[in-house]
Amino acid sequence: MTSIQPPAQTIWWKQPLDRVEGTWIAIALVWSLIMFAMMPLWHVYGKQNLSNEAYRTTPEAFMAKTMAMVNEHTVRTETNQQIPVVSPPPGSDVYLIARLWQWWPILELEKGQTYRLHIASMDWQHGFSLQPVNINTQILPGYEMVLTITPDTSGDQTIICNEFCGIGHHNMVGRILVKESGT
Amino acid sequence: MSNALYRTCPESGLQFHKSAEWLMRANAVAAVVCLLIGGATALMVTLTRWPAVHLLPADKFYQLLTIHGINMLIYWIIFFEIAVLYFCSSTLLRCRIAMPRMAWAAFGLMVVGAIINNLSVLGGNSSVMMTSYVPMPADSNFYLGLILFAVGALIGCFIFLGTLVVAREEKTYEGSIPLVTFGALTACIIAVFTIAAGAIILVPTWLWSVGLIGNIDAAMYRLIWWGFGHSSQQINVAAHVSVWYAIAAIVFGARPMSEKVSRGAFLLYIAFLQLASAHHLLVDPGLSASWKIFNTSYAMYLAVLASMIHGLTVPGAIEVAQRGKGFSKGLYEWLRKAPWGNPVFSGMFISLVGFGFIGGISGVVMGTEQINIIIHNTIYVPGHFHATVVLGTTLAFMSLTYFLIPTLFRRQVMFPALARWQPYLFGFGMAVFTLTMMGAGTLGVQRRHWDMTFTDSLLSFDYPASAYTLMGIVGVSGMAAIVGGAIFVMITVLSVFFGKRVESESTYGTAMTMLKRAEPDVLSEGGHAAAGKFGFAAPGTFLFALFFLAIFVIYYAINWKYLASVWPMS
Repeated sequence: MTSIQPPAQTIWWKQPLDRVEGTWIAIALVWSLIMFAMMPLWHVYGKQNLSNEAYRTTPEAFMAKTMAMVNEHTVRTETNQQIPVVSPPPGSDVYLIARLWQWWPILELEKGQTYRLHIASMDWQHGFSLQPVNINTQILPGYEMVLTITPDTSGDQTIICNEFCGIGHHNMVGRILVKESGT
Repeated sequence: MSNALYRTCPESGLQFHKSAEWLMRANAVAAVVCLLIGGATALMVTLTRWPAVHLLPADKFYQLLTIHGINMLIYWIIFFEIAVLYFCSSTLLRCRIAMPRMAWAAFGLMVVGAIINNLSVLGGNSSVMMTSYVPMPADSNFYLGLILFAVGALIGCFIFLGTLVVAREEKTYEGSIPLVTFGALTACIIAVFTIAAGAIILVPTWLWSVGLIGNIDAAMYRLIWWGFGHSSQQINVAAHVSVWYAIAAIVFGARPMSEKVSRGAFLLYIAFLQLASAHHLLVDPGLSASWKIFNTSYAMYLAVLASMIHGLTVPGAIEVAQRGKGFSKGLYEWLRKAPWGNPVFSGMFISLVGFGFIGGISGVVMGTEQINIIIHNTIYVPGHFHATVVLGTTLAFMSLTYFLIPTLFRRQVMFPALARWQPYLFGFGMAVFTLTMMGAGTLGVQRRHWDMTFTDSLLSFDYPASAYTLMGIVGVSGMAAIVGGAIFVMITVLSVFFGKRVESESTYGTAMTMLKRAEPDVLSEGGHAAAGKFGFAAPGTFLFALFFLAIFVIYYAINWKYLASVWPMS
């Protein structure tokens, strides 16, 4: 019953290691360091990294920037709620609002082009989950997150809210449409 | 303290202080009551997420999910941990418990806090999930209940520390404290700064809920709340690893392979485990990549290293003990001849394997800064933490309970045949449940989400058919685990309140005996290694560990590969 008794020796820390422990600790430490190195390496060589870019904002300020984009680049509306479909020029700043319980507006992007996607919440916390490509980030009120994205698959992507935001949470669905470039 | 009353358990040789004994019983019973509440709500929640059943309406689903999360993750586990702390101090060190009246006050605060918090959720205006992210509001009593519970638990921690002082002052043991008490001390230290983080964020949030503070910043809330929310799961890790060592000692008479390594690994927990709060903030705005990388890796994965060490040394200690008893044929005779019909052992071993292979690997993978992009807040996340907290912690505590029923409660375990099967049903049900949840999460199925068909939403989305199949298996395996949990609660409650008394005599008196050091290890020629193979004291365990590492490496690589298929982002 020795794990529940005081160690046999007073100076227990001088008891030598069994080979099995020493070997395993060395292997596990090397693996830990490899995993640690992978993250900075992916920042250098990998293509999927979140930026460090974020700003403090207010619902009013963010809404104003979004409205400017919507007014300039809306190409049509969809659904009976007339949600604007916005087709901003490649390389531009694109704005997406998260609010109870909607992602607004619908964005239409070109495949292979790069956009600076700004997202902020107007009210509570939300989760941006783009499916089926499967990109997930946290959206907070008061903070404007900027993702520089390059859609490399065409077709409809759906934005699902994946942070619980009250009783309408499961109905909070939005769209990013990706068209072939030049169409 | 000559008027303190003690009894010695004739079977286990443990010495119980009467005041401590009743405190442990009360905390353990409260824990099982919370487990029952958590289990009943688990049933409803699982039946709703099972697409073919989809039982509850949305509001009830979110309400019961809140109750399930808080009762399981906070109340069941912390009540039980307080009992474990008192056991590892007063009982293992053979001393009186410090300030028993204060300990009862702590228990009272915890009970009152848990009741206030649960009533507030039942009221319907506090379905905010365990995380209660601001600025989504809950009733002020929601936060008040949590604060009262936390204060009680904090007092419990100091009772534990005070009891260590009593044991040292009154010289009830020789030498250093036992490894298991050392592990419990680790859990206690982590608990103190965890609860402090909880107070730092929940007190202002409570003041906000009653209108005394105007605004709580959402990013700040998340950062500090997770210092409480994640670190409290690290208390569990330290506590259930201690329970593993205790059960290895109780069932096999196992001694640590080396005190230095096992204690050093616990120290790594104290130093680095709490950094893991960053796991929840990897895709949050406003935090830099270097901050995320350092913290999410627990400073170069030193806490992961600690868990990998315990993962070797706990079964390694069992292997050495078994080989010492002559079960030394081949690599695995020691394991084949283990008492698989004893739920104290089988539950502990399934907990160890499940925690390591499923919970451990998935936790490190999804806690990788970039890989988190494809996992954050999908149902992969509850898949992971049901493997750590349910398969790991809860199953370890269940196994310990089978030992405590005859020793602490002096009752025979009722329905021994059912008890024999319970860890297997619960463990394997939970293993399938967690693996299929992770699979569904990889397909983008969300956590905390009432309707994966999006029937009522303006825009539609269809998950692939495989996601529905996986969620169906989640439902079925969840039912198996819930039945396993229900059997545990039934056996425990019936045995404790209506079971036959243990026949041997164990009466109270003022006499007490000192806790002796372990006998020095009697080693044959060549030491431990001679009983093992290839110069390795525990060759079977080592091979098992290499197998674990291989799975780890492969799964880690697969996830990077999957990440590379996602849209480029910078």
